[in-house]
Amino acid sequence: MSDARLKWLLLPAGLFVLAVYAWPTLGLFRNAFNETGPTGAMVETWSLKTTAEVLADSFTFELTLNSLWLSLSATLLALALSYPVALFLFRTNSRFRGLLAVVAIMPMLISGVVRVFGWLAILGDRGLVNSLAQSFGLITAPMKLVFNWTGVTIGLAESIMPYMILALLAGFGQLDRTLEEASRSLGATPMRTFLRVTLPLSLPALALAAGLGFVLSMSAYITPKLLGGGRVFVLATEIFEQATTNTNWPVASVLAIYTLVLLLLLLAASNLAARGLKR
Amino acid sequence: MNGAGRVLSSLAGLVYALILAPIAIVVALAFSADNFILFPPSGYSLRWFRALGAHGPLLSALWLSVQIASVVTVLSLVIGVPAALALAKGRFSGRDALTNFFLAPLLLPTLITGLALLLFFTPLRLTATLPGLVLGHMTVTVPFVIRMMTTAFSTLPDDIEAAAATLGAEPWRVVRRVTLPLVTPGLIACACLCFLLSFDETVISLFLSGPRAATLPVEMVRYVEGRTDPLVAALSVVLIVATLIVVIIVERLVGIARAVGK
Repeated sequence: MSDARLKWLLLPAGLFVLAVYAWPTLGLFRNAFNETGPTGAMVETWSLKTTAEVLADSFTFELTLNSLWLSLSATLLALALSYPVALFLFRTNSRFRGLLAVVAIMPMLISGVVRVFGWLAILGDRGLVNSLAQSFGLITAPMKLVFNWTGVTIGLAESIMPYMILALLAGFGQLDRTLEEASRSLGATPMRTFLRVTLPLSLPALALAAGLGFVLSMSAYITPKLLGGGRVFVLATEIFEQATTNTNWPVASVLAIYTLVLLLLLLAASNLAARGLKR
Repeated sequence: MNGAGRVLSSLAGLVYALILAPIAIVVALAFSADNFILFPPSGYSLRWFRALGAHGPLLSALWLSVQIASVVTVLSLVIGVPAALALAKGRFSGRDALTNFFLAPLLLPTLITGLALLLFFTPLRLTATLPGLVLGHMTVTVPFVIRMMTTAFSTLPDDIEAAAATLGAEPWRVVRRVTLPLVTPGLIACACLCFLLSFDETVISLFLSGPRAATLPVEMVRYVEGRTDPLVAALSVVLIVATLIVVIIVERLVGIARAVGK
C-alpha cells in the first residue's frame, strides 16, 4: 500500500487547513494593516498607522510587562512543582506508576473552566484556605487570593503543569542512570548526587519545559480572565477585549501578531538554551 | 539507585495533593446545601443537581455542545484519518513538509486562531452558527487526529500489509481488511479525545459564540463571571465524570501519555 497514489488522500484535509486555517490567518495579518476611523468603523487600507499607534501606546508596554511577569512567575512555580513529580514518575518502581502518570496528566483534559472554579472555591474569600486560616486564628480578615495576580499565577501554574511534567519526562528519558549510580558508588550522598549529577543533566529538559510553560501562560485567556476578575490585564485579555467588546479588529490583529512575535522569540530562546546546556 | 526514595516520594505526594485539590473541592462543593461558595459546606444536599436539571440556558448549551462535538468528531475522522494514512504509508516527495503543514495549526495558540476565525467568519455570517462553531473546533481536532493517527499508522509493522499484498490483495482491500482493523483501538481512542477536545474547547468558542449559540464552556464562563454558587460545581461533576470515562477508555486502548503527548 506504499505507493504515490496515497497522496490524494491528503486532499480533503489539505483543502480544509488551507480554507479554514491558513486563509483566515492570512486575513489576520491583512487586518493589521487596516485603520480604525474616527467613528470606530474599520477603514480598509494598507498602512502601518495602527501598528505604530499600538507600539507607541504605553498601555501596550504595560501589558507586555504584565504578561511576561505573570508567565515567568507561573512558569517558575509550575517548574518547581512539576520537577519532583516528573522525577518521581521517572524513578519509581511502584506498580501504580501508570495510574499516577495518568493522574498527573489528567487535568489537561478536564475543562479549564471547571479547574478555575475549583480554585475559586479554594482561594476565595470564604474558600478553603481562608476558612482554615481563620479557624486556626492565623488571620482575622480573609486574605485576597483571587481576582488579583496571586490567584492568576496559581491557576496558570496548575494549568501548565501537566504539559511540563510530560516535557520533563521526555527529557529525563535521555538521562543516563549509570552516571548517578557511579556517583553514588563513589560515595556521594543522595543530595550531592542530585545537585552535581541529576540536576545538571536535566537542565536541557528544564529549559524546554520552561519554554513550553512560558508560551502556554502567555497565550492563556480563560485563567487570567476568570481568576483575575477583570483586574488583571495581560496581552491575551486585551486581544479578546479589542476583538469582541470594542470590535476594533485592526488593533486586535496588531496585538495578536505582536504577541505571536514575542512567543516565537521566547521559544527560540528556550531551544537555544536547551541546546547550549546539552553540551 | 532503585525506586524514587522517601524525600522525592513525599515531595511528589504533596504536589499530587495540589493537582487534585481543585477537582476534589469542586466535587465536594457540588453536594453543598449552601447558597454560595463556602468551603467546607455547612451541609450537604442534591439541590444543585436539581437546580442544574431545571436550568434552561445551561442545558441547551450542553445539548449544543454535544451536537457540535459529535459532528466535529465524525468530520475530523473522515478527513483526518485518510490524510494520516497517506502521511504514514505514502512514498512521495515533500512528505515531511506536508506533515508540518498539517500540524501547523497546533502550534498557534487558540487565542490567535479564534481571532482569525472571528475576522473570517463575520462577513460570511458564520459566527454564532452551528457550522461556524464546527469548523472552528475542527481547526484544533483535524490536526490532532492527523498527528495521533499518523503515529498509529507508522507504528504498524509494514510486513503484515506487505504479506497481504504479496498474497494478491488489492491495495484498498489491504487498507480495509488489514490496516484499519489493526488501528481500531487507536481510532476509538482518537474519536473519544476528539469529542472531548471539541466539547471542552473554550477560547475559539468564546470568539465565535453569540448570545444565541453558546456552547457549554461559554455559558459556564458567563455564569461564573456573573455569580458564584455551587450550580457550576454540580455541572462540573458531570463533566469530570465524562472526562474520566474518556481517560479510562484512552488509557486502556493506547495509553493517555502517548495520545496527548508528542
